[in-house]
Amino acid sequence: MRAPSEKDVAAGDVLLAVEDVSLSFGGIKAIRDVSFDIRKGEIRAIIGPNGAGKTSMLNVINGFYTPQQGRIRFKGKTRSKMRPYDAARGGIARTFQNVALFRGMTALDNIMAGRTLKMHRGLFWQMLRFGPALREEVEHRRAVEEIIDFLHIEHIRKTPVGRLPYGLQKRVELGRALAMEPDLLLLDEPMAGMNLEEKEDMSRFVLDVNQHFGTTIALIEHDMGVVMDLSDRVVVLEYGRKIADGTPDEVKKDQGVIDAYLGVAH
Amino acid sequence: MDILYKILIDPFLQMGQAPDLFVQTLWEGLVAGVLYSLIALGFVLIFKASGVFNFAQGIMMVFAALTLVGLHAKGVPAFLALALTVVVMLVLAIGIERLVLRPLVNQPDIILFMATFGLTYFLIGLGEVIFGGEPKTMITDALYLPRGSYEWKAFGGFVAFQKIDIAAVIIASVMVAGLAVFFQKTRIGRALRAVADSHKAALSVGISLEQIWVIVWFTAGIVALATGIMWGARSDVSFALQILALKALPVLILGGFTSIPGAIVGGVIIGVGEKVGEFYWGPLLGSGIESWLAYVIALVFLLFRPQGLFGERIIERI
Repeated sequence: MRAPSEKDVAAGDVLLAVEDVSLSFGGIKAIRDVSFDIRKGEIRAIIGPNGAGKTSMLNVINGFYTPQQGRIRFKGKTRSKMRPYDAARGGIARTFQNVALFRGMTALDNIMAGRTLKMHRGLFWQMLRFGPALREEVEHRRAVEEIIDFLHIEHIRKTPVGRLPYGLQKRVELGRALAMEPDLLLLDEPMAGMNLEEKEDMSRFVLDVNQHFGTTIALIEHDMGVVMDLSDRVVVLEYGRKIADGTPDEVKKDQGVIDAYLGVAH
Repeated sequence: MDILYKILIDPFLQMGQAPDLFVQTLWEGLVAGVLYSLIALGFVLIFKASGVFNFAQGIMMVFAALTLVGLHAKGVPAFLALALTVVVMLVLAIGIERLVLRPLVNQPDIILFMATFGLTYFLIGLGEVIFGGEPKTMITDALYLPRGSYEWKAFGGFVAFQKIDIAAVIIASVMVAGLAVFFQKTRIGRALRAVADSHKAALSVGISLEQIWVIVWFTAGIVALATGIMWGARSDVSFALQILALKALPVLILGGFTSIPGAIVGGVIIGVGEKVGEFYWGPLLGSGIESWLAYVIALVFLLFRPQGLFGERIIERI
């Protein structure tokens, strides 16, 4: 363990803050002037009807999109432009709505790919599998095996992921994100397309990751039951605007949120 | 009946009657095949990492060879010229990434494919302006590549092995082994395969697309240089050589676009098939089989095994 330094964010402090962010594609305004924060150690849900700008928001946070206005403050540093590479290096990992895995590679190799930024030994030694490079490979392999155990996917570690059923693909994708040992984990609809049992498994993994590793999690989810059970705080978007922000109980009672979900008589 | 005899029986009788000639034909085919494999390897590298069929691979080979010969003609010592050519290929890779790939990121593959056409004609023009259009001789001696041949007395005759061919086979084998280990066992190799499968997922785990593309185009440039030296030593260094690169197409169809071992085996099958076909069956059809037999073999493969011998099975969920 290393000694805590000034840069570390204590539990409960703001880890990431979105400040007045606006994003548009041509004439379509995907996000309008949204601000919210994610605190260290919490599970933060982003909810909203289809087309509310939730996925766009995740893409802004991990640098796929650059907002036209506004800033992202992460670990106290403010950036208006952050490339995905920098985000990953800074400790932001994510999964995707429609699963983005390396289809031709095995589950094990997919998760190993998550360690890319953590491996530093020279190419030459890696090719010879010798000395420090071999030790490094073994060490990372051990970390990856721990993740595989944690997610109960031992039996599929050598299977090319393209052949796996959807639920397991989602689990491998989570494993790859965990292999990065992120400070902030972004999950884009982790339970989409799953049956009840799979949803329960995934919910347990999300809670375990949060509690055992202390990983801060921001997740997008449609299943309200899941959101209300898992999350500490919820931010609600509609048509790119933020319409509510608070604990699950507060948000549930909010008239604007009820109208957005159930429709309102005009 | 006579024609059937000539097609089905006579060629094999000839093989049996003059085994030394048969072995000689096999060897020639093997060497040609290994050189096809090298070209195909250049394609496979870029296809694996960016999903693009790089039409410019042939001209990259010519350009590398021309640079080497041209520098030497200006009085640069051979091995310094070789090192400088490697640097030129690196600069080329960085230039391609900056000016062609980066602006076209996330475009459909066909757009990138067309961009490699543009690159081809750009390199042809650039090569002609700098080095002139006339064929040149490869600096075989200056690079200490061997000349002459070994003769092996066997089968009641003799088989001749050109030393340059032996060198080509050895160099190709070493390169192939090195590349296979590089792809399978290293962090960057894993990153390369990752980029080939999904750009956005690769970005999300912190793989830098820019860096990967430079590495892969540079590697393809090195392969092109080696191929250019070997082909150049067998004929001349001229722009006509890039047509040879098209022979890599049937090799790739046979071996699979994503497989390094496939490129090797495919190359050897095509090379040997061509030479044996030309020598034993060629006279029946009027010679010239060599120029089209490879494509016919590829066509048959497309009908029965479209992913090639070693390619990844295409499984799509519907």
